[in-house]
Amino acid sequence: MEVFWEQLPVVLNALNVGFIQTLKLFFVTLAGALPLGLVIAFGSMASFKPLSWLARIIVWVIRGTPLMIQLLIIYYFPGLVLKNPIWGSGESGRFVAASVAFIINYACYFSEIYRGGIQGVPVGQEEAGLALGMKRSQIFFKVKLLQMVKRIVPPMSNEVITLVKDTSLARIIALQEIIFAGQSFLTGSRGIRGVVWPLFFTAFYYLIWNGIVTVLLGWLEKKLSYFQ
Amino acid sequence: MAILEAEHICKSFGKTEVLKDISFSMEQGQALSIIGSSGSGKTTLLRCLNFLETPDAGVIRVNGETLFDGKTAKKKDRNIRKKRLHFGLVFQSFNLFPQYTAIENVMLAKELLARERPDYKEKKRQLREEIRAQAEGLLKQMGLSDRMGSYPHQLSGGQCQRVAIARTLALEPDILCFDEPTSALDPELTGEVLKVMRQLAQRDMTMVIVTHEMAFARDVSDQVIFMDGGVIVEQGTPEEVLNAPKEERTRQFLARFSDR
Repeated sequence: MEVFWEQLPVVLNALNVGFIQTLKLFFVTLAGALPLGLVIAFGSMASFKPLSWLARIIVWVIRGTPLMIQLLIIYYFPGLVLKNPIWGSGESGRFVAASVAFIINYACYFSEIYRGGIQGVPVGQEEAGLALGMKRSQIFFKVKLLQMVKRIVPPMSNEVITLVKDTSLARIIALQEIIFAGQSFLTGSRGIRGVVWPLFFTAFYYLIWNGIVTVLLGWLEKKLSYFQ
Repeated sequence: MAILEAEHICKSFGKTEVLKDISFSMEQGQALSIIGSSGSGKTTLLRCLNFLETPDAGVIRVNGETLFDGKTAKKKDRNIRKKRLHFGLVFQSFNLFPQYTAIENVMLAKELLARERPDYKEKKRQLREEIRAQAEGLLKQMGLSDRMGSYPHQLSGGQCQRVAIARTLALEPDILCFDEPTSALDPELTGEVLKVMRQLAQRDMTMVIVTHEMAFARDVSDQVIFMDGGVIVEQGTPEEVLNAPKEERTRQFLARFSDR
């Protein structure tokens, strides 16, 4: 027990550092995938057929293959196959590669949610706006946008909660996120070796962070429940 | 001079001809009812008048001004918004904006229009007060003084449709179009909507009404058009068309109504 109390501050310190990397990946992914998803959504709904096919094929490929494989390909392909290591070396290089993989992957999932939200707004809303002499941009921002957001929030919550946990996949390219930090005490780190509880303990970080995310998104959903 | 003239309007969707050479005209302050079974082209005709559909051919004139001419019409019409404002359209399914209260629904389009005025910035407050006062007046006229702050989902269908009528009137259209305004309502709610429409007719609002309410059409209309298969089969006064139809098709259609 005494050993445990000695190890605890060291372990927590390392896990906190790892968790910061996890959070960075989480926020960077959201910041990139939320707008990129909208672009892909509009692409897949474009009346110009080649564009919509292209967007749909991208979504099919990305959603149809494991994120882990995508991470590996995006990280290793430029350096090992093209002999052009564009990501740079070390942790920062791994972070950039992981961010790119996560942004592309999540943008594809988000695009489908956006598409559902956009197409879910009844045509009558647009027609009413037009008949009232409104511009299409006004109809989008003043009439349809909030209705879309309301439709999007529940499926988005699901996806964001999955993202929190999916960040752990970046471990596969040795990004030093929290799983990596927890695992390091098995192989030996900071004078601690062969200890497994730090790895198990990382689950609490995900759990608490997801609790916060759930409360925030639940609050947003409630805020939007004033209309139907 | 006629306030509205439609000449030789044609419209097809793909290979289906929905409107085949429709012509009619109406005077300021008249009420024109369009009757006919579903699929006869009534709604498409209204949508053409409101520029929600572009006719393939024909001419639409309001107060002598040509708003649409199939010969010169371009695909992209920059002035289409301005043209739409000559007409108001009340939909069968209301199409109120759910995130806005009744009064906000009535004010929104007018406020957005006011922003395009060059003097909007200086007169902002005054303009908004005017728009609010007008909206309050309209809702009061619709018998909805106590529901101004309600959201559409808190209102009955009849109340929603009256808000929708107020919303359309706020833009002061020359011609107010109704697309089966009571078809989505329970019978007991139909009356309250027809009542406000009757008031509008009495105040000489120019109206085009697509409806299945034959008694109402007989009461308020100055002119009735019976459409079938994309053509006007018969038109005339309500007495002529509804009481003494000349055409066999009109008689058959009306017989189905009296059976009910």
